[in-house]
Amino acid sequence: MSSLVQSITPRPAPARPARAWSATRIAGHVLMAMWIIAGACLVYYLASNIFSPFVQKYWGKYLEGFVVTLQIVFVSLGLGAALSVPIALARASKVALLRWPAYGYVYFFRGTPLLAQTFLIYYGAGSFRAELTDVDLWWFFRDAWYCIIFAFTLNTSAYQAEILRGAVENVSKGQWEGGRALGLTQPVIFFKIILPQALMVALRPYGNEIILMIKGSAIASIVTIYDLMGETRRAFSRSYDFQAYIWAAVFYLIAVETLRRIWDRLEAKLTRHLKR
Amino acid sequence: MNEALTLISFGDAGWGDEIAQGVFITITLALATLPFGLCLGFFLALAKKADDPSMRMAANIYTTIFRGLPELLTLFLVYYGVQIGIQQLVKFAGFDLYIEVNSFVAGMVALALVFSSYASEAFLSAFRGIPQGQYEGGYALGLSRGRTMWLIVLPQLIRLALPALGNLWLILLKETALVSVIGLADLVRQAGIAARVTKEPFLFFGIACLIYLLLAMISSFGLVRIERWSKRGEAAR
Repeated sequence: MSSLVQSITPRPAPARPARAWSATRIAGHVLMAMWIIAGACLVYYLASNIFSPFVQKYWGKYLEGFVVTLQIVFVSLGLGAALSVPIALARASKVALLRWPAYGYVYFFRGTPLLAQTFLIYYGAGSFRAELTDVDLWWFFRDAWYCIIFAFTLNTSAYQAEILRGAVENVSKGQWEGGRALGLTQPVIFFKIILPQALMVALRPYGNEIILMIKGSAIASIVTIYDLMGETRRAFSRSYDFQAYIWAAVFYLIAVETLRRIWDRLEAKLTRHLKR
Repeated sequence: MNEALTLISFGDAGWGDEIAQGVFITITLALATLPFGLCLGFFLALAKKADDPSMRMAANIYTTIFRGLPELLTLFLVYYGVQIGIQQLVKFAGFDLYIEVNSFVAGMVALALVFSSYASEAFLSAFRGIPQGQYEGGYALGLSRGRTMWLIVLPQLIRLALPALGNLWLILLKETALVSVIGLADLVRQAGIAARVTKEPFLFFGIACLIYLLLAMISSFGLVRIERWSKRGEAAR
């Protein structure tokens, strides 16, 4: 009879083999080094300019422009969200007379450039000046600010309607039936069962839509709105100093990246029950 | 109604030929941007799926920058940035001459930068749809890495990436409108000139919008054909 006198002493896991300096790795390090150098140059350039006359003169303007950009984005997103509900309903309706116009609306606003739509509304309204004055709407279309909000609202409502329709259609009919079988009322089913599931699907496209709007709002600067881009162009045309555009790029990148991070956090929270 | 028809007719009285030139520039710009954007996007996707973290990070920084900047700002950065950069270089070299950057090229570069960062994501998700066995099969047949990529992976990759790339093409077509701001005589700019001269802005911008719609329709028709072509080897299911 033999007995185990001594078991094998525990040993740590073998060390990972050192990663070879493959061509990819070298290229990756070179590229990263270039990014780091470029980033360091940028930071140095901006830091050395922070007390320059340009920044002294225009930083207030930039902040004002940034606020205007945020106003444009959030006002048109809000109005667009409200408008997107009837459009999405019409788009999913069984009545052809409702469905086709909604389809045409969405197709038009998603198929043409935002710039052309803005021009169509801002300059195009001039063609109907007499008629618009008659119905007392000329004050609305004369103002670049209202025109921009109007154009962006129409544009984003078409996109949001598609997001909404896709999200609600994604939730299966069985969810409605299950709710009804439990004796829940229609609003309770919608808000407690359908909406949370639809939101999970819609959250990502909604986030993308906000980012698209922040980027698209730069177009407002072309029709004399002094948003962040408008202030940038004005500062550049006055000073002919290229840092005007670099500051704007920094502002936009920070805004978009912050939003993207928040959105990732939000999505992780909404889908936390799906995590394994 | 007749007046409107005269205005958009071809020839001296109408603006039809100017608009047609604008359409030509718009289409040329989009078509010229496409190959650069696709190639750059493909290599970016390769970098993003590399096993080395530094490579992935380098590619991700690129995407973050060009997806986060407004297209209009990218356009200005390229247009004025390159111009000022060249000016400085020329001054540094001791010459005294004024150099203007071609707005077509500037537009092409800016649009290709933006397009490639989106296309890289499309290619990356397509790469994820190709099983590892496809590569291993290629290597087992004695093909080099490049040949495996070219003969085995790429044909399948195109099929997987086509729907997303089709969407990106439609977006690219719309984004070309922005180059009108830096003075390229594209569709929007020609429509704008016509609108200012004839004082019929609604007519001309409306026509511009309809032409964009028409281009989008033709594109989606063409994309359906291409997609069908790319799937010709697939068995019917």
